[in-house]
Amino acid sequence: MSADAEIPDRPRPRLADTLRRFGLSGRTAVIAAPALWLALFFLAPLFVVLKIAFSTYALARPPYEPLLAWTQEGVLQITLHISNFLRPIQDPLFANAYLSSVQIAGISTIITLLIAYPMAWFIARSDEKYRNLLLMLVILPFWTSFLLRVYAWMGFLGQNGVFNQLLQGIGLTDAPVQMLYTPFAVYIGIVYTYLPFMVLPLFTTLVKLDQSLIEASGDLGAKPFVTFLTVTLPLSMPGIIAGSMLVFIPAIGEFVIPSLLGGADTLMIGRVLWDEFFSGRNWPSAAAVAIMMLVLLLIPIMLLARAQNAVVEKGA
Amino acid sequence: MHKPLLATLGIALLATTSANAQSVNIYNWSDYIAEDTLAKFEAETGITPVYDVFDSNEIVEAKLLAGNSGYDVVVPSGFFLERQIQVGLFQPLDKSLLPNMENLDPRIMEIVETHDPGSEYSVPYMWGTTALGYNVGMVTERLGENGPLESWDLLFDPEIAAQLQDCGIAVLDAPVEIVAAALNYLGLDPNSENADDLAAAEELIASVRPFVRYFHSSQYITDLANGDICLAVGYSGDVFIAADRAAEAGQGNEITYVIPEEGASLWFDMMAIPSDAPNPEAAHAYINFILKPEIAADITNYVWYANPNAASMDMVDPEIAGDPAIFPTEEVMANLYALKSHTPQFDQVLNRAWTRIKTGQ
Repeated sequence: MSADAEIPDRPRPRLADTLRRFGLSGRTAVIAAPALWLALFFLAPLFVVLKIAFSTYALARPPYEPLLAWTQEGVLQITLHISNFLRPIQDPLFANAYLSSVQIAGISTIITLLIAYPMAWFIARSDEKYRNLLLMLVILPFWTSFLLRVYAWMGFLGQNGVFNQLLQGIGLTDAPVQMLYTPFAVYIGIVYTYLPFMVLPLFTTLVKLDQSLIEASGDLGAKPFVTFLTVTLPLSMPGIIAGSMLVFIPAIGEFVIPSLLGGADTLMIGRVLWDEFFSGRNWPSAAAVAIMMLVLLLIPIMLLARAQNAVVEKGA
Repeated sequence: MHKPLLATLGIALLATTSANAQSVNIYNWSDYIAEDTLAKFEAETGITPVYDVFDSNEIVEAKLLAGNSGYDVVVPSGFFLERQIQVGLFQPLDKSLLPNMENLDPRIMEIVETHDPGSEYSVPYMWGTTALGYNVGMVTERLGENGPLESWDLLFDPEIAAQLQDCGIAVLDAPVEIVAAALNYLGLDPNSENADDLAAAEELIASVRPFVRYFHSSQYITDLANGDICLAVGYSGDVFIAADRAAEAGQGNEITYVIPEEGASLWFDMMAIPSDAPNPEAAHAYINFILKPEIAADITNYVWYANPNAASMDMVDPEIAGDPAIFPTEEVMANLYALKSHTPQFDQVLNRAWTRIKTGQ
């Protein structure tokens, strides 16, 4: 810019001007980059999945019939199989898997919130000297592989695991309690794994919270609990919703935790899809189920997003 | 002064790159090779083996069907390989590169030719049975000495299975084999593709489903050894590994493998080369190496699975060679049934039934 100012009267054909003539400016380039990214890595794969969903199973490589075929007369024939989309409706397995996933992810999100809120509050209110250290401790588990940490929980929850030995040691039970391969273990796994995703957004809202508002509430005679309900909680709503989305959305499609910690009857979408894809090797059916689940999952996610918008508008 | 050093370095670099140029990607069942086999192979041939494991035939087929798996040697069971050959997933073997095939037992070759006529695409790796492994102490404690300890009743009789629920029952996540065992228990043809037969088998397995702790194809090895479960439907050698680990741990868990009186399935795992293998030449070298008598004996002595290598038998531990649960006698053999390849259509029906069973839906 300063270079332009120094030589004002020299007409230069600038690249940007040339590009602008074709409708390309820095602005569109900046917008185009993420759009291109989305198109390439989100929309294109989605279309591939959609294409497979309309095909039918075949023992071949790849294991589905081609959608397009040239007949001998040179006619392009498109065969769309709708039956894949009917099966998830007819077979209660899929509806149950969907409902059970929403339930497990929902309950886990609430438990995570209940544990993360006091943690985030404590970190936000602690001395600045220790704050970074405490935040560091929240993130520290990410330094080891997620898979290893889930395996570690298998060791904790097993028949001869730490918890069972502890329970028997203090005489609470005589026989080992079945914890591994139960829904309980799945909840533990999800809450443990996703806790940092809840703590961090909560922390960022709570640390920005104006302390004088809480003092004012107290000065006006509100008890601490009332202050929390009427001042702190509403003001931290953006953090609660952001954290809930960060936990709920990945938890609903979680595959590793339910397959390692859950029993065979812990129904979750991820596992049903895996079975359909790998054990059944029925790609078209798996693809159709995936698409239907995606559409259905948009409902709870849109509800969360709407809540977030409402909070943001109220704040503004 | 530095020139010779550089030259040496250069030669060293060249040597390593030329060694790296040849590598072979092997995809085999978990716990299925001797500890030193791969090192010996690399020392002898200079080819770097890259080893990866699976625990179900379905996974292998899923990867091969997807294409470009990158594997040079895969080891599916014969009853899966049979139809995979028909789809063109494998390339014909170049027998001139496999002189050690002469070591193979002609009797075994006769059986595996039902899967691969003329052994055009595959060579048997190891073979075994799918039956019951259990913790002797825990099971006799619950069922008594006179319990049905040599019968599939242990799993398929709801009253018996209910008594073993608390100490833990594990079942392979292998639909073809478990449904075949159920059909055989019901006195039906284990390879039946009849819808009524499948429904009967599904009903039987569903009736004991509440007592099954989990369906998994490799977890039971550790759990059986540690006493975390007391009964597993498992692969013969895997149960022996569990028995060995239990004995080593010395916590008083005694594991035994039984081929029940009703019979059990007999299977052969076959080495084959995918049609899109990146390095078929190295794959042949690997297969030929495995066919060496001393190498086959090493593997059998380590994993306790029977090998098809007649020339290796005098190097196999007498304890293993004389165990009828590993090398079945004619009498036991008569009680075993070979699994056949299912049609893709039936396979789909079977897998849906299996999902219903597993999830308890």
